[in-house]
Amino acid sequence: MSTFILLTVTGLGLAALYFLVASGLSLIYGLMDVLNFAHGAFLTLGAYTAWVVVDATGSLLLGVAVAIAVGAVLAVLMETALLRRMYGSHVPQVLLTVGLLLAITALIRSIFGTDALQLATPEWMNEVTEILGAPIPNNRFVLIVTAVLVYLAMSAFLAKTRYGLIIRAGVENRAMVTALGIDVRRAFTLVFAIGGALAALAGALAGVINNAVSPEQGMSLLIFAFIVVIIGGLGSFRGSALAAVLVGLLQQYANFYGAVGAGDLIVVLMLAAILLVRPQGLLGRAAS
Amino acid sequence: MTDQMIRTRPAVEPRTRRGPRAWAKPVVLAALPLLAAALPYLDVQVPLLFDGPLGSPGVLHVLSLMCVMAAVAVTYDLLFGFTGLLSFGHGLYVALGMYTTGIVLTHTDLGFAGAVAWVAVLGLVVPLVLGAICLRVGGIAFAMATLAFGQAGAIFVVRDPLRITGGELGLALPYEKLPEPLVGVINAGNRYWLALALLVVTYAVVRWALASRPGRVWRAIRDNETRVLVLGLRPYAFKLMAFVLSSFLASLAGLVYALIAGGAHAEVTEATFTLGLLVMVVLGGSGHPYGALIGGLVYTYLNHRLGQLSTTLGGPLSEPLFILGVLFVVLILFLPGGIVSLVRRTESKGGA
Repeated sequence: MSTFILLTVTGLGLAALYFLVASGLSLIYGLMDVLNFAHGAFLTLGAYTAWVVVDATGSLLLGVAVAIAVGAVLAVLMETALLRRMYGSHVPQVLLTVGLLLAITALIRSIFGTDALQLATPEWMNEVTEILGAPIPNNRFVLIVTAVLVYLAMSAFLAKTRYGLIIRAGVENRAMVTALGIDVRRAFTLVFAIGGALAALAGALAGVINNAVSPEQGMSLLIFAFIVVIIGGLGSFRGSALAAVLVGLLQQYANFYGAVGAGDLIVVLMLAAILLVRPQGLLGRAAS
Repeated sequence: MTDQMIRTRPAVEPRTRRGPRAWAKPVVLAALPLLAAALPYLDVQVPLLFDGPLGSPGVLHVLSLMCVMAAVAVTYDLLFGFTGLLSFGHGLYVALGMYTTGIVLTHTDLGFAGAVAWVAVLGLVVPLVLGAICLRVGGIAFAMATLAFGQAGAIFVVRDPLRITGGELGLALPYEKLPEPLVGVINAGNRYWLALALLVVTYAVVRWALASRPGRVWRAIRDNETRVLVLGLRPYAFKLMAFVLSSFLASLAGLVYALIAGGAHAEVTEATFTLGLLVMVVLGGSGHPYGALIGGLVYTYLNHRLGQLSTTLGGPLSEPLFILGVLFVVLILFLPGGIVSLVRRTESKGGA
């Protein structure tokens, strides 16, 4: 029983990471039809920014805050300076983000080396709390609480604010929003900033969980986030959250109870099943 | 990308109609492979480009890799540039060819012929099944689905649940089971010819397929899938055909790759490998008869050469992928047609 609880909490922690990455990806795709590979670069950048700040000041909180800021600023720069030049041509946009992912990851590797770097985290984060007899590292709770807070904040933002309304309407029908005289491009920049900030946050938190940062972690997390996005439904914020929880839990259970790597393979099989039965994803709109 | 094609069409047609130069094309087509085949016999130093003479094993190895990767790029462009399918899992089929060769040779007594047969069978069946699933969705969702299956392949190889792939270390081919003429430093020339033959055959098959009736439907799907549907054709079946052909050729390239690299390695299964293919195709010029071929040769050469120079170049320049990634971004922003469009631009200037 205690193993099961540990697996569940760890799975939810993983789900929290997937959610932070996937929700940004999904909103960006839903609003702008851009599959943003550079999201993986934001992740890695976030992780390394946190590492640099923690190395200099010793404060993890400050490190995460700076990482979020750097992620948001870079995402805005990328959107306004590069992507904006080619709206309407989807494939070149995807290619552009692929090029940025490769270049930024390589840049980080050349500065910090290929090996993982130790990330110092506060003592209490690595200590365990017992829940129903299961010893659970405290950093899992940090992750889950952060993701829940982000979910609530984003839901409120999307439901209650003017820009949230524009974003939701833009995901639904961008042409109509533009026709009503609303400048959707500002919403583009905003969504990119949010996505970049969330990705950098996820990267820093992944560093906290692993107690280390490495240049490759962005890519592997990104791929599972892509899977989460498709399973949840492209453009659906709630779908991302639901799919993240499903994928995170399933992966943990299968990895523990099944063969080596079974969890990761099962997630891909789940994706295949979704594509066969419900190609638009769990909460996605039917393909037009 | 489509308006690029429309714009360039008038520039090409008058030239093919011009009488005196009509013979030039087939002569060049025949001369280039022959020239390439003669390289091992040339004891020429190429300063700056290569470290040793052209016939030396080290240089031949690089040339072999260039040929194999160009062949893979050509198969990738069949999907991306000619059918409009953006796949992020093409490396999976190269890995399929590589690892099937390695596994059959290491774990069975079927020998080299058995390995080739297995690659041929799996190279048809696996893309047929996976393509049938992935093509259920179009556009970006298709790209993500192929990426996910590619990732499943990477996990299978690296985690190695069946204890057959050698995990992260890869799988070295048992030399005693390989045909004698393909083994050893002394036979680098033979392996180069094999790679060159692979490139020529792959290129010829892809050209032939594109000239056939399904090939025209592929391009029609790229330009406007709805119109193909309205005309009463099933895009799904044609896309699957392109997917299987391209993946089959890629797994054959994987077989040759394994022979040249002396084994299978897990790098091929990584998403970065397929992203590299994408860079090659766009670098050369996607959807162009020989764009992918040139892109594959140039990219592989640069990747290798920049890796060699990395000790002399400092900082970010020591990472080949940094230079190639930046180059890629610049290309997309300023030269979307790739290298071939550059050539054509200067050509039309000279003609006018």
